[in-house]
Amino acid sequence: MNMELPARPKPGSAIVRPTIADCDIHPCLAKPSDILPYLPKRWQDHAMTYGMLPRHGYQSGPAYPKGQPDAARLDSWPPDGRPGSDLSFMQAQHLDANQVELGIMTVIAPAAGAAQNLDYSAALARALNEWQVAEWASKDSRLKASIVIPYEDGAAAAAEIDHWAGHDAFVQVLLLSRTAEPLGQRRYWPIYEAAQRARLPVGVHAFGYGGYPVTAGGWPSYYIEEMVGHSQCCQALLTSMVIEGVFERYPGTRMVLIEAGLAWLPSLSWRLDKHWSRMRDETPHLRRPPSEYIRDHVWLTTQPMEEPEKRKHFHDIVEWIGIDRLLFATDYPHWDFDDPLWAVPVKLDEAARQALFLDNAKALYGRA
Amino acid sequence: MARHVIAPASALPPGERLVAEVAGRKVVIFNLDGAYFGLFGRCPHQGGDLCLGRTTGLVEAGAEPGEYSYTRRGEILRCPWHGWEFDIRTGRSRAEPARVRAKTYDVEVKSGAELFDGPYQAETIVVSIEQDYIVVQA
Repeated sequence: MNMELPARPKPGSAIVRPTIADCDIHPCLAKPSDILPYLPKRWQDHAMTYGMLPRHGYQSGPAYPKGQPDAARLDSWPPDGRPGSDLSFMQAQHLDANQVELGIMTVIAPAAGAAQNLDYSAALARALNEWQVAEWASKDSRLKASIVIPYEDGAAAAAEIDHWAGHDAFVQVLLLSRTAEPLGQRRYWPIYEAAQRARLPVGVHAFGYGGYPVTAGGWPSYYIEEMVGHSQCCQALLTSMVIEGVFERYPGTRMVLIEAGLAWLPSLSWRLDKHWSRMRDETPHLRRPPSEYIRDHVWLTTQPMEEPEKRKHFHDIVEWIGIDRLLFATDYPHWDFDDPLWAVPVKLDEAARQALFLDNAKALYGRA
Repeated sequence: MARHVIAPASALPPGERLVAEVAGRKVVIFNLDGAYFGLFGRCPHQGGDLCLGRTTGLVEAGAEPGEYSYTRRGEILRCPWHGWEFDIRTGRSRAEPARVRAKTYDVEVKSGAELFDGPYQAETIVVSIEQDYIVVQA
């Protein structure tokens, strides 16, 4: 019922959106039982009778309530089911609308790798991988999958990586950041060995169920503390990987830290180098300063991007990390989605923009 | 600047909202106890669709730690993406009122008679003299 009186101002000019890679897209099951057809009967019965116990005491949901229902954009609910569960809705709202040429899927729920029953963890990981191929990657060639693994069981995780190695749908191995032990420790080495063998990057997405408080200081009171706690958690796991010598032992390892922020990385590198120069002989297996391992082996996804008070400081952060190590991500359909057109708080030159939004991801994930 | 007749005033009771396309842009119009306000439907932070945002009140600290007030019930619009809060009356964001604000539109209610008598002609809906209409300046 819109009626305009005399002058009709011209509508806003159309926005041209450049082609992008989105390195953090979350498909999810419309309902939990949708995974059952992908599970063997023995595990279907288990799922329906007992369900999944995450490594996380006395509760079934995530540790903290989220910023919006189901942690999703209010406009991302398809007609049926949860946000992220309907491919055609995702295509229209995100892949087509935002010109996504390459979309890296990161399935974080159900958090199969965090299941306390390690056999169920492995079965559910396999089912989610089959589901990603059948329901997503085979239906839209823009979407590439991450191998969900039972990461608390190194041998089973390596077997899952080996199973999918060379499959065109999979471009990454995926873990969550909260684990039973710091990720550099030996129980996880088979994962890095298998990923190196398969020539796949290892993505670590924030969240998960480690069984420990979500900050280094204990359980905080508020969701906002969990959100910023991800950077602590990822600093701890990255420090562990560097100091334990993972990158020395598996030099083909390429780590992608997903949704954990980025401005903290230079500070961590500087601090590690400072201490390493004094305590080098404690960890003689490290042949180089820690910052060099980080520079050579670590990528970061951008969302949710830091927005410095003085916008120009974002250029400093990019320079310290290296533009070639940053991967644009939206986190679709989650509520803290970054819009590719508006999320970067500064104007990048064309070469940097192209690297951050597309080329880095295509090179890293072998799609160049 | 033109005036756009959006709907009969009766279509927007107090406490409700109405989404209209005005000069090619989606605008969300609110009736706060008889006062009308229009906001551009695009969040100035990153572009979420403000037309879909929930309305809330304003939770603020009192004089002492632990004291809270809840005021401005229904006068705050939250972006459906990142939850930024906007004052429906001014468009200003709660977090950064000076820098980040939603574009506002002047909204008024005119009688059908005024619309007929003025220099403006209704084009696509029939304006009857007996009713009042919501008119947006854009």
